[in-house]
Amino acid sequence: VRRMSLVNVVALALGLAFLYAPIAVLVVYSFNASRLVTVWGGWSLRWYAVLAEDRAMIDAALASLGVAAASAALATVLGTMAALALTRFRFRSRAPFAAMIYAPLVMPEVITGLSLLLLFVAINLDRGFLTVIIAHTTLTMCFVTVVVQARLAHFDRSLEEAAMDLGCPPGRTFFAITLPLIMPAVTAGFLLAFSLSLDDLVIASFTTGPGATTLPIRIYSEVRLGVKPEINAVCTIFIAVVAVAVVAASLIEKGRSRKRGAISV
Amino acid sequence: MRIQSPRQSALKDSGSALSFGARLVVAAPYLWLVGFFLVPFLIVLKISLSETAIAVPPYTPVLDLAAGFRGLRDFISGLSFANYVTLAGDNLYIFSYLKSLKVAAVSTAILLACGVPLAYAMARAPRRLQPALVILVVLPFWTSFLIRIYAWVNILQHDGLLNQALMWLGLADRPATWLATDAAVYIGLVYSYLPFMVLPLYASFEKLDESLLEAAADLGCPRWKAFFVVTLPLALPGIGAGALLCFVPIVGEFVVPDLLGGSDAAMIGQTLWTEFFANKDWPVAAAVAVVLLALLLVPIAFYQRLQARDIEGRS
Repeated sequence: VRRMSLVNVVALALGLAFLYAPIAVLVVYSFNASRLVTVWGGWSLRWYAVLAEDRAMIDAALASLGVAAASAALATVLGTMAALALTRFRFRSRAPFAAMIYAPLVMPEVITGLSLLLLFVAINLDRGFLTVIIAHTTLTMCFVTVVVQARLAHFDRSLEEAAMDLGCPPGRTFFAITLPLIMPAVTAGFLLAFSLSLDDLVIASFTTGPGATTLPIRIYSEVRLGVKPEINAVCTIFIAVVAVAVVAASLIEKGRSRKRGAISV
Repeated sequence: MRIQSPRQSALKDSGSALSFGARLVVAAPYLWLVGFFLVPFLIVLKISLSETAIAVPPYTPVLDLAAGFRGLRDFISGLSFANYVTLAGDNLYIFSYLKSLKVAAVSTAILLACGVPLAYAMARAPRRLQPALVILVVLPFWTSFLIRIYAWVNILQHDGLLNQALMWLGLADRPATWLATDAAVYIGLVYSYLPFMVLPLYASFEKLDESLLEAAADLGCPRWKAFFVVTLPLALPGIGAGALLCFVPIVGEFVVPDLLGGSDAAMIGQTLWTEFFANKDWPVAAAVAVVLLALLLVPIAFYQRLQARDIEGRS
């Protein structure tokens, strides 16, 4: 029987406290009535009211959601294709292809951002939301590939083989059999791509143009001027949305696997 | 035993036998990455060999394809290594690179020291709790990177919570300076990269064969020693993946040192950012990027090998 030692429990508790304490502080202080960010002046929603009036911040948030949705959708399609290509097909120049998939995962963002910007200048593409979407797709499709590839790597192919032996063409087999089976990984990949895009400051700063301001660019320009209670409120809303989405996704996944488990038992 | 259908083995065998659909599946992401990942690097390389100019775009020479061969010859004779000479001759850049490598190495070491106990504890937790623990560790990563760094600005500022707590506990009699120091940068880096370190480590610890530890115990090896001679060596791929997944991006990190660090010694990501956005010197910024990439080529290649082996090992 596995038993956690005292050291294990302490490590776990300290680690989780370290991860969550700063976020908790941020959330609590977004409800601070005082204008002074370090002095506690009682509970209040006044910064959320200020935020509701901040047109520029709301526009930036909407723009970010649009960019994230578009780039995550594109990245999910391209990333899933790349995962299939890497796990299912043997082709010449597979090694450089794999290298191009794994390199963006660790590539410093300043390099990716600068190189994409120089490309857009070289081909004379006006910078704006379109260029940010292209840049985010390029970055996030590689994350989608890794997530989907992990699922495809230990995948029971007998159902696919049965379908093909019964005369189902490969394309139809993919949509009827493979895609539903890898759907959890594809969904996870989409969510990851969406959140990476929503989060990105550096690459967006390089590839954006006048008038195309995303939420991180907006927050960053405010944060550079110091801590402001409204920013705490923006961040709290952001965290709440993400937390609800992640917990909902994991509950749905849990419910689904329980149902599957019931059928197979 | 698994019986391969002839259709499937034909699919797997050679490149020439691929159907149209299969070709599309390979070609679409391939072409996208060539166009938006590989070609941009070639452009960076080219511009790093150009000279700054007050023009649009702000560098010369510009390749004039319409001028044919003469255009190409003029273009090549216009290339120069002047930007690299500038980099090599200016202490600002050299210190910047050295500082980035140092900060990345030290924070990766701290991340390992924090990540190993945490990941190991997760792997030893009761099986039914483990998915929840993984979600708990990953959840902060899903909230914005920028927001998490900003949270630390709140805590580390002069009259922030950390100083208040230290003084309340009697550990300090007056507020210390945290913001705009290297300590703040390390705190911020460890905080934001911890999930990247913990997940690969957890994946290796979690699939460790428990019976090996029992065997070690039966042979009289104490538990702490078994951890160092059995568990850690078996988790080396995970340790390598975690370390590289942190080290490489940290070398080029911009947001953390910019918001939490001081202005005295910039990391290379900040230097590149300043050259580009403040000085508008695109060729020097490109040269900074090329040298940075050259420094990171070996760790990136290592990471790719680990990643590829991991995937192949699972299939």
